[in-house]
Amino acid sequence: MGEQITFWVLAVVSVAAALGLVFNRKAVYSAIMLAVVMLSLAALYAVQDAPFLAVVQIIVYTGAVLMLFLFVLMLVGVDSSDSLVETIRGQRFLAAVVGLGFAVLLILGIGNVLVVGEPSLTAATQEAGGNVPALARLIFQRHVFAFEVTSALLITAALGAMVLAHRERTTPRPTQKDLARARFLGPQPTPLPGPGTYARHNAVDMPALLPDGSVSLLSVNPTLARHEVEGDTPATTPEAREAAVLLVAAEDREEPAAEAGEETRTAGEAEARAEADAEAPAAAARPEEETK
Amino acid sequence: MTSLLAAAPAAEIAQASGGVLGLSWLMIALPLAGAAILLVGGRRTNSFGHLLGTAMSLASFVVAVLAFFELLGRTAEQRRVGVELFDFIPAGQLDVKMGLLIDPLSISFALLITGVGSLIHIYSIGYMSHDPDRRRFFSYLNLFVAAMLLLVLADNYVGLYIGWEGVGLASYLLIGFWQFKPSAAVAAKKAFIVNRVGDFGLAIGIFTLFATFGTVAYGPIFEHADKASTGILTAVGLLLLLGACGKSAQLPLQSWLLDAMEGPTPVSALIHAATMVTAGVYLITRSNPIFDGAPTAQLAVAIVGAATLLAGAIIGCAKDDIKKALAGSTMSQIGYMMLAAGLGPAGYAIAIAHLITHGFFKAGMFLGAGSVMHAMNDDVNMRKYGGLRKVMPITFITFGLGYLAIIGFPGFAGYFTKDLIIEAAFGQEGVRGYLLGGAALLGAAITAFYMSRLMFMTFFGEKRWDKDAHPHESPPVMTWPLILLAIGSVGGGAFLVLGDRFIHFLEPVVGKPENHHGFNPVAPVGLITLVLVAAGVALAWVMYGRRPVPVEAPRGSFLTVFARRDLYGDAINESLLMRPGQWLTRFAVFFDNRGVDGLVNGLAAGVGGTSGRLRRLQTGFARSYALSMFFGAAIVAGALLLVGNL
Amino acid sequence: MTTHYLVLSALLFSIGAIGVLIRRNAIVVFMCVELMLNAANLALVAFARMHGNLDGQIIAFFVMVVAAAEVVVGLAIIVTIFRTRRSASVDDVNLLKY
Repeated sequence: MGEQITFWVLAVVSVAAALGLVFNRKAVYSAIMLAVVMLSLAALYAVQDAPFLAVVQIIVYTGAVLMLFLFVLMLVGVDSSDSLVETIRGQRFLAAVVGLGFAVLLILGIGNVLVVGEPSLTAATQEAGGNVPALARLIFQRHVFAFEVTSALLITAALGAMVLAHRERTTPRPTQKDLARARFLGPQPTPLPGPGTYARHNAVDMPALLPDGSVSLLSVNPTLARHEVEGDTPATTPEAREAAVLLVAAEDREEPAAEAGEETRTAGEAEARAEADAEAPAAAARPEEETK
Repeated sequence: MTSLLAAAPAAEIAQASGGVLGLSWLMIALPLAGAAILLVGGRRTNSFGHLLGTAMSLASFVVAVLAFFELLGRTAEQRRVGVELFDFIPAGQLDVKMGLLIDPLSISFALLITGVGSLIHIYSIGYMSHDPDRRRFFSYLNLFVAAMLLLVLADNYVGLYIGWEGVGLASYLLIGFWQFKPSAAVAAKKAFIVNRVGDFGLAIGIFTLFATFGTVAYGPIFEHADKASTGILTAVGLLLLLGACGKSAQLPLQSWLLDAMEGPTPVSALIHAATMVTAGVYLITRSNPIFDGAPTAQLAVAIVGAATLLAGAIIGCAKDDIKKALAGSTMSQIGYMMLAAGLGPAGYAIAIAHLITHGFFKAGMFLGAGSVMHAMNDDVNMRKYGGLRKVMPITFITFGLGYLAIIGFPGFAGYFTKDLIIEAAFGQEGVRGYLLGGAALLGAAITAFYMSRLMFMTFFGEKRWDKDAHPHESPPVMTWPLILLAIGSVGGGAFLVLGDRFIHFLEPVVGKPENHHGFNPVAPVGLITLVLVAAGVALAWVMYGRRPVPVEAPRGSFLTVFARRDLYGDAINESLLMRPGQWLTRFAVFFDNRGVDGLVNGLAAGVGGTSGRLRRLQTGFARSYALSMFFGAAIVAGALLLVGNL
Repeated sequence: MTTHYLVLSALLFSIGAIGVLIRRNAIVVFMCVELMLNAANLALVAFARMHGNLDGQIIAFFVMVVAAAEVVVGLAIIVTIFRTRRSASVDDVNLLKY
């Protein structure tokens, strides 16, 4: 009885979450939906006399794998969102048709499944003294070879990820001296003013004031400014809002086309700018040498 | 199978054991060597080429004469001598040994070929003296003599066929000798192609003989000829007749002979009068055991001969070209020979006798025509001749003797031989005898008419010469052969026929004819013939001798036009054979282009088009591929569900 | 009861498959693949209970392990590609076409 209720509730929840995963525009929302699906599946495992698997599902799948997804999403672009326009003709229609057809076929096939007796795992687990000991017995006795091989696989996967993610430096790491020299040769020798300097509030989006009282545009966080201008987040104070508007207007004058309506590239450019800042001294040194 | 022969031919063929007969292969080898030397030597042999060619021909004649006397020295039963030469095709069941058969028939031909051939060689020295290619001419003449000798001397059908093809080749080369003349090249091609139709028949006949008898040698075939079925013998006989029609220019393969006059006159004399065109008669006479066993085939031979003799005579009446008139005459006379050969043992010897006398007087008349052309700047139009007898006496006299021979004037060669043919034709039983004899009689009358017409137009009457024509007698090198041939025209017939000399001579080969009573000068048939001949001459005198001959050919009646157009032979050939052939080739090309090529190209285009459309599946997008994979998985699931395993 | 679980598994699997076909962001595609794997796990666990032995759970366990390894490597690949191409769209790798 309890199982029935659990099943029906969780079934509806997981199907809704799966649909949400597939049809969401923002990638982060899809990741959260996936988390919902995994958690409901964990509950279903628990209901089906598989407590070990339920816990492993939560810890490994939801806790590790899904978090890995979220990290990569942050690297790639948190606010990246797919456009709704489908580039391949007929893909959506055919995908819907084939997917539905496949589902119908599977369900029809399941109808042919012969269920024997009352499903229960108590007999199997009782002699071993519980679910976990029974599983342990199976893993380390009958399937020990598969176990060893999968551990090798895990090691290989970790190594592979390290190799793939590794970046060789093609230029020597700029030393403190290089950075200092670049700073003095560059446009801004002094550190950028932190936000809120000489201001009356210490919010992150409060601009710094120059000695003559005007807003230092260098101190405004461009991301926050854009969000505030576009209305995604409210400004903390009117001064912050003014400064944001000023900065966005200045940026739009310089590069009007590059920033609007990007799909997955905005954060990418942020990262690129961060990289470029680190390598700017070396890069600035090189063109100077070339122009000589 | 009952034999129609009163006495069988001598079955035993003795083998030559050295001596002259053992060397008889020289007859073929010498002219062949001459041709090879002159052709391979090329321009270096230009200075002596004509002399070498003539010498080879004369040497061959000497060997032939020696062999003839050797043969005469034997008794009649031993007059068939085989000379083994070499194994030609030892291929299992087909074992063809090349050898020669020297017997009365082959030696008669050999004498005719080498004798008349040598005279024509001598004549050509003078006739072709202004031609820069004279050496090549003699090499081809030698080639012809060698091939023709092989044809008549071989002791098996394959050797005969090699010689047959060789003379065909020589004829082609010589008709088209003046290669720069398109008409000559076309005529040579026509001769070769029409001959090929006949050769096809001959080849199939030889195949049938081999299939029936297991060998192609004369000896075994003729020995066992009476054991084969009449059907086979008739088929072989008709096929051999087809071959003979091609080579001898009989109906229906007669169209090439008049066009062959494009070649130089010695060629017309040697090949298309005396020798090559008689090869068909030789073939039929040589195969007499086969024909004797197939009466239907014999009747076909006789009918073809009778029809051709009339056709040739009619054509000859309307030709203004002197050579073409003589060619029509040749066609007609060979028709006589075929008619005689189709009468069975009664006629073979007579046919050969007429063949030999014809060789003399026709070659003589052709050489005479060449002499006239030489005098009239190579103009062949008789309407431009007239009154030449005073200017060219020797030519006139020799030509006249030949003319008297051909019309059958009593005492001259043709009188004896032609009358025998007409008598033998009438001697056949029933309606057949009257029809064949009547045709021969009518032919004699028409022959007299057109030959007289030729004589009157050329040598008598007013001079109708061109302004720049200065006719003169030919040099001795040309007139001496004329004289020698005229002697043959005069005395040849009497020599052969009186006393049945030639008939007895040929008995070992063709057997003794039944009911032969020798030559009767006052036989009723002979007298009727003389009357008709006289009528023909008189008519020609009235039309051409008394009245002036117009220089421009008049339009003529329907019959004249009919005869001028060779009895529409060419038109019939074109409409029956040439146009359907052209349509067939055009249809084949169309079918090949549209059908076969269309199929192949269409297939390729189809494949190309299909692949062009199929490649659009490769969009490059991973999602499309994923869709295809998913679609496949769905199909597999569906299939499993259907089968019941899901 | 088992059939209910199997139907749910089939549904989740199909939804995951449709997601793979429709979404263009590589990471979201990957997440849909994870969804399909989870659906398979559910089916395995249901069958294990039906048959009364734990083999299905063992297999599901190993599936989880392998899925984790796969996610690690796959995401590393995506990050590497993203670094050079500045794009995480699946449609950008479309040069091998007609």
